[in-house]
Amino acid sequence: MKHIAIGILGAATLGLMASAASAATLDTVKAKGFVQCGVSTGLAGFSAPDDKGDWQGIDADFCRAVAAAVFGDGSKVKFTPLSAKERFTALQSGEIDILSRNTTWTINRDTALGLNFIGVTYYDGQGFMINAKKLPGVNSALQLSGAAVCVQSGTTTELNLADYFKANKMEYNPVVFEKLEEVNAAYDAGRCDVYTTDQSGLYGIRLTLGAPADHVVLPEIISKEPLGPAVRQGDDQWYHIVKWTYFALLQAEELGITKANVDEMKNSASPEIKRVLGQEADTKIGTDLGVSNDWVVNIVKAVGNYGEMFERNVGSGSPLKIARGINALWTKGGLQYAPPIR
Amino acid sequence: MASQDVLREEPSRGSFINDPKIRGIFFQVLVVVLLVAGVWWIAHNVIDNLTRLRIASGFGFLKGRAGFDISESAIAYSSDSTYGRAILVGLLNTLIVAIVGIITATIIGFVIGIGRLSQNWLIRKICTVYVEVFRNIPPLLVIFFWYSGVLAVLPAPRDSYNLPFGSFLNQRGFYFPRAVWGDGSWLIFVALLVGIAMAWFVARKARQRQMATGQQFPVFWTSAALIVGLPLLAYALSGFPLSFDYPKQSTFNLTGGFQVRPEFLSLYLALSCYTAAFIAEIVRAGIRGVSAGQTEAAAALGLRSGSILRLVVVPQAMRIVIPPLTSQYLNLTKNSSLAIAIGYPDLTATAGTVLNQTGQAVEGVVIMMVIYLAISLLTSLVMNWFNAKMALVER
Repeated sequence: MKHIAIGILGAATLGLMASAASAATLDTVKAKGFVQCGVSTGLAGFSAPDDKGDWQGIDADFCRAVAAAVFGDGSKVKFTPLSAKERFTALQSGEIDILSRNTTWTINRDTALGLNFIGVTYYDGQGFMINAKKLPGVNSALQLSGAAVCVQSGTTTELNLADYFKANKMEYNPVVFEKLEEVNAAYDAGRCDVYTTDQSGLYGIRLTLGAPADHVVLPEIISKEPLGPAVRQGDDQWYHIVKWTYFALLQAEELGITKANVDEMKNSASPEIKRVLGQEADTKIGTDLGVSNDWVVNIVKAVGNYGEMFERNVGSGSPLKIARGINALWTKGGLQYAPPIR
Repeated sequence: MASQDVLREEPSRGSFINDPKIRGIFFQVLVVVLLVAGVWWIAHNVIDNLTRLRIASGFGFLKGRAGFDISESAIAYSSDSTYGRAILVGLLNTLIVAIVGIITATIIGFVIGIGRLSQNWLIRKICTVYVEVFRNIPPLLVIFFWYSGVLAVLPAPRDSYNLPFGSFLNQRGFYFPRAVWGDGSWLIFVALLVGIAMAWFVARKARQRQMATGQQFPVFWTSAALIVGLPLLAYALSGFPLSFDYPKQSTFNLTGGFQVRPEFLSLYLALSCYTAAFIAEIVRAGIRGVSAGQTEAAAALGLRSGSILRLVVVPQAMRIVIPPLTSQYLNLTKNSSLAIAIGYPDLTATAGTVLNQTGQAVEGVVIMMVIYLAISLLTSLVMNWFNAKMALVER
């Protein structure tokens, strides 16, 4: 129901918006005093409310980083939980400023949907999870022919699933729900044999099940799922602020700037570190972007560097314990790479 | 307007601004102009904003490959089918659950409604409790009750309940043997059609005879013999061409046979039970609306209570029942969009997925609204026709 409401709301908003070009996103964000950030309805490690009701996770922290870049204060952000179906309409209609909701970057979303993905904050791939206690002897996704598969509607997951079973000439029985919690409940109740979504998600969801130890994630990864934040098209300044916030997080990790040492690093002898932290004389890097010159300092003070953000939310510092893998920096054999800040 | 005719007002002798007729026309034209301008302005703005936001628009996307699978489909559908076909599958699923639900709700509703007027204390109270319970719970909760409260707690496929005739019941749904029609089985269907036609003919003749001579004819038993007997005869003649495909246990689920999924079952049961409560009240109101004098007059003629109900009360009650019944049918059809909560692939769910996969929010919502509007108008049309047919013909 709700996505219809948002659809109609979106349609109505598109209909009623003044036809003159709307104001720049940065100006409206500054005027209202916070960044409106679209997140998931609750996916551990990416965006989920903790026991105090504060949103935690990589996706939530990324929005805090943007708020820190714009306002110098990572807390100036408000979160809008969105289902997979609602998310694009919410961004298109201007209800949110950033969509940071474990969303896969695809060409269709970049073109026909009018979005701009700013980069890949988490390289993921789609996997399968089964209840090993109920299905002993199943240790490969290729043994899943005839299974009932739980999946969330309106996702790339749903499409990859159809492709994978078709390519391997296997049959399956889709059990499709709109909301993540509904999929979790149906899988936990035994309505389906298999749960499929991004592998990181499977690890997070496993923790929320009745008996996590009974469930295993199968080894196959059937797709590329580059997850990243997206903004609306047609506002290059906002696009650059969000994109370079992401690069600043990576650059900070590469240079060894952490939440703990950022103030000392300001006095570093390295010209590169001084430049990134806005300590160079007459620097214009920050102001050219539309923010203050100490924007990187603010970002790192708010959420730490990319590595800290990763370990805290999904890595060794979290219950998920996911290894860095291909999400390591390029200097450590991973795919995370930022263009120079100069 | 009518009141003006009755009052026979003299035309105003003042300026034409004070003429109520001209003033009326002026304001009607003004409203139409404003309405058209408003719609045009909104449409123009939508197109303008879509272009500015660089979102693709138009209905061309319906021809694209859908790429996702749908669990239940009345027509051939795979991930290679088009988005348009996916929406059609959803529409058919909505129609199936609506039609089956309407039939069941009507039957339950009439039984409960008449039961509330029963002389028997227990029947009357049970029916009252039924109406009060289902009428006062939101339909979404009734759906969840059936889905999570009844069907989800059934055993896993391995420990299915074995029911008679090779059927099974488990948390994945209800499985029963599927009939496989062999060669020559067309004869059975032809025999069935012939049987129905003959039964109708017999009923007509018997009625005419009763009208003319007052003699009665055992129509029910003759019709039953024709409708059941003829196909059975054809079945024997064509050499018993019917076999059954029984559901069997496999690695994950039961395979073979015919599966009724729990999503459909719970939506169907919930919508039927919920709407039946309202129909029961409508039926009760309709029967109470027939004056007691009619019943007494019929009794004075010597009719038995069953005949009084069938021949005198119900035909008159139908006039009162049908118009509100139409809105209940419309409600049931529209409530079927709650299917999305339990993952039954109805129109709202599939069109919503298409909307999301293509990003065509405006077009998707327009398609859904137009289809629901069309279904509702069609239902009203059929029910209005039925109403006109059932209306008391005054002589």
